[in-house]
Amino acid sequence: MRWLIDFLTSSIGKKLVMSLTGLFLISFLVVHLLGNLQLLIPDGGVKFNIYAKFMTTNPIVKFLAIGLYTGILLHTVQGILIVLGNKKAKGSKYAVSTYENGSWMSKNMGLLGLLILFFLCVHMGDFWYKMKFTDQMPMVTYDGVVMKDLYTAVYTSFSQVWIVIIYLIGLVALSLHLLHGFQSAFTTLGLRHKKYTPLIKLMGIGFSVAIPALYALIPLWVLIKEAANY
Amino acid sequence: MKLTLKVWRQKNNTAQGHFENYQVEADEHMSFLEMLDVLNQELIEKKEDPVAFEHDCREGICGACSMVINGRPHGSQAGTTTCQLHMRAFKTGDTITIEPFRANAFPVIKDLAVDRSSFDAIIQAGGYISVNTGQAPDGNAIPIEKDLASEAFDAATCIGCGACVAACPNGSAMLFTSAKINHLGKMPQGQVEHGRRVKNMVRVMDKEGFGKCSNVGACEVDCPKEISTDNIAALNRYYLGQVFGGQD
Repeated sequence: MRWLIDFLTSSIGKKLVMSLTGLFLISFLVVHLLGNLQLLIPDGGVKFNIYAKFMTTNPIVKFLAIGLYTGILLHTVQGILIVLGNKKAKGSKYAVSTYENGSWMSKNMGLLGLLILFFLCVHMGDFWYKMKFTDQMPMVTYDGVVMKDLYTAVYTSFSQVWIVIIYLIGLVALSLHLLHGFQSAFTTLGLRHKKYTPLIKLMGIGFSVAIPALYALIPLWVLIKEAANY
Repeated sequence: MKLTLKVWRQKNNTAQGHFENYQVEADEHMSFLEMLDVLNQELIEKKEDPVAFEHDCREGICGACSMVINGRPHGSQAGTTTCQLHMRAFKTGDTITIEPFRANAFPVIKDLAVDRSSFDAIIQAGGYISVNTGQAPDGNAIPIEKDLASEAFDAATCIGCGACVAACPNGSAMLFTSAKINHLGKMPQGQVEHGRRVKNMVRVMDKEGFGKCSNVGACEVDCPKEISTDNIAALNRYYLGQVFGGQD
């Protein structure tokens, strides 16, 4: 096992952890988005609430969720350690700083990551925690089956402007984080070649813009819809 | 041309450094180092301590000259070392800020001179090939594909100046280390030690206190030999291959 410890404590090993957990979290973004887009279905929340019940009670999903929490934790802790280590390795800063070499995102991945973490805490506190650990959720009955009405909870939450603003800030941070992170993850894995790297870069930009934009559509849609009802 | 220089002065490694302003009268045909020679001559005549900076070949191949000019290692002119940067790149009345390369693995010796022996340690860990002594082998005895030879040669143009580390916001030496590994590892002569070389050079690079590469790409922009970050991706690939497929 010596080789594994040596590897995981090496600079490339640490970066590999960031790369793999990052790509795993990217795949989660797609699944989560597909589920959440059901919030836009105008059926009073039937489809979404049945989906939400499945996602919180199905044992396979519960098992996969543990992997997700582990992934978030590893990516966060390792990321913070890397940023702090790199700060130490750089030592002092230059008196003159230029922005000509390297994108702003690539130099501020730690800051963007912390913004996303902050957003995640607000987001999970608002829905995940309330759904799983409290009785504060509104209830609804479909065909005699009582279930938590997450749909209404989301609509109540997103009709508040300040919550929507926090979501938008979180999603902009996510977009910027992905603009560097997506393609950087492949370089760390050593997957770089003139045959396919342009495609990876293009896909990275498309993903970083489209996914956060579709996520942003949900709170904005709800906010506009709720405002129109008044 | 009249210039104002803001030069980093630091007595030794432990002393607190500071910027000192100097006025210097330069000629546009002078190289940047010759302009500093003019400044130092004036300082010596005034019985002041001249500015310490490293230089050797003054033709862009030794990698000795190391300073950050207006925030860019070797100045903002692409693909050149400080000694190849000429004063015609500046205009009269300019203020030029000159600092040493900054990274924890490159401690300041004095003023603009930094200790880059951490690079020597990386080279000692595997930056060599083993050949039998005796008669010189025939240059064309081993066939090598032209594309491969070109890639190896591009990596071999690294002069080990350390501008990549200086430019990197993380103080990472991945561009230097990967250039050396690709220079030797792409050739058949470098295959014997390739696996061990990859692991040992990365291990020593980490031990010397360099940061971790986050694919910013600043190194490639400021490298006077324009070494590509493709080398870094290749090193990641070799390293993972060695860890999961190598002998030890």
